[in-house]
Amino acid sequence: MFGFDFDVIWRTLPYVLGTGLVFTVKLTVVATIGAVILGTLMAMMRLSSNPVISGVAGFYVNLMRALPLILIIFWFYFLVPYIIGWVTGAGRPIAVGGFTSALITFILFEAAYFCEIMRAGIQSIPFGQIGAGYALGLNYWQVMGQIVLPQAFRNMTPVLLTQMIVLFQDTSLVYVLSLTDFLGAANNIAQRDGRMVEMFVFAAVVYFLISYVASRSVKRLERRIAIVR
Amino acid sequence: MIEFKNVSKWYGSFQVLTDCTTSVSKGEVVVICGPSGSGKSTLIKTANALEPFQKGEIFIDGVSVGAAGTNLPKLRSRIGMVFQHFELFPHLSVMRNLTLAQIKVLGRSESEAKERGRALLDRVGLSAHMDKYPGQLSGGQQQRVAIARALAMNPMAMLFDEPTSALDPEMVNEVLDVMVDLAKEGMTMMVVTHEMGFARSVADRVVFMDQGAIVEDCAKDEFFGNPEARSDRAKHFLSKILHH
Repeated sequence: MFGFDFDVIWRTLPYVLGTGLVFTVKLTVVATIGAVILGTLMAMMRLSSNPVISGVAGFYVNLMRALPLILIIFWFYFLVPYIIGWVTGAGRPIAVGGFTSALITFILFEAAYFCEIMRAGIQSIPFGQIGAGYALGLNYWQVMGQIVLPQAFRNMTPVLLTQMIVLFQDTSLVYVLSLTDFLGAANNIAQRDGRMVEMFVFAAVVYFLISYVASRSVKRLERRIAIVR
Repeated sequence: MIEFKNVSKWYGSFQVLTDCTTSVSKGEVVVICGPSGSGKSTLIKTANALEPFQKGEIFIDGVSVGAAGTNLPKLRSRIGMVFQHFELFPHLSVMRNLTLAQIKVLGRSESEAKERGRALLDRVGLSAHMDKYPGQLSGGQQQRVAIARALAMNPMAMLFDEPTSALDPEMVNEVLDVMVDLAKEGMTMMVVTHEMGFARSVADRVVFMDQGAIVEDCAKDEFFGNPEARSDRAKHFLSKILHH
């Protein structure tokens, strides 16, 4: 009764990794890409000289950062079907699906954090660079796309990747939507076979290894990609 | 070609330009000098609308810079600008620095832009460095690349904003040599600089500014050759920077 059975991990590996971890990684990667794109656009809005545009972006970022992630997850899961139903005039809630709902939530939530990272990145580019771009006849989008953002991304890559590791861990919260991510899969086995300790130790080791190796790689990358000025 | 008419500019309540009127005709080289903080750089940057101004008018080849409907990117693409701190794009190779705007703004093909880029790098003596990144070059080399980058757009005039101020002394001449050649070829140039040797050898006119206003605007020979006719402020300035 008190003996540990770590063999349960090997027996259920295809399910825990093949279904669970794949889901977690997929959600992390797609949400990061979406959130970086949205966050970058919002960073450009926040830095706009138009007070309405920067105000809207500023309000959004502060709102998202002031609310707990779990609340946003609930909010989107339960309210979005109603909103879509109302907007499309269907008159009844439209089912969105757990993965889509989680993906939209993480993109919208993380975009607020990526926005602040990209804002710092954009502001780290000397103003003369922007002037030089304009002086050559480039327009705002070309100056941003060709000159400012490529340098900002390179300066901010380590911070962006570190935030991605945080997102990787946060995705475990999708258990509240009964989605089977890595932790959810481990939990399912733990409950079914009565092997809580083994499965949760295994889950912790996997989260640690991935996050640790990832952040070490970020450090290495940081030294390699610095722009020579 | 470049005409300033009563240009005034304020930062809040602080007036940085006061009623500046001057002009640069086609093929003319005008040097703008004056103590630091006198508004030289600000004035030159209003010419391609990098600095907005609140009063007056500026015309480039007949096009009003300050008017609401002016196509600024198009106007700027016709005026080359060289900055004090070079402002090459550090994430792009030297060649890409030269071709980027040719392709994006003028719509030239990649090969056409490269050919033009190669010719200009050759001209400033740096064709061996075209695959390097700006950070691998010396200050003087970077500024020559920056001049080549501006010339690649086939500008009708060139603006220089203290192009040698950030350079080590031994690199100043390699940049000035390029500028002298340009002036001799008949390029229209407006140059903010403290290099009075350059002004003496190639300038047609000298504009002297102090506290945001144009104090002197006269032919080079008059400016340097007739010191007694100068204003006190200009005399004082010249006595400080000449005879070195």
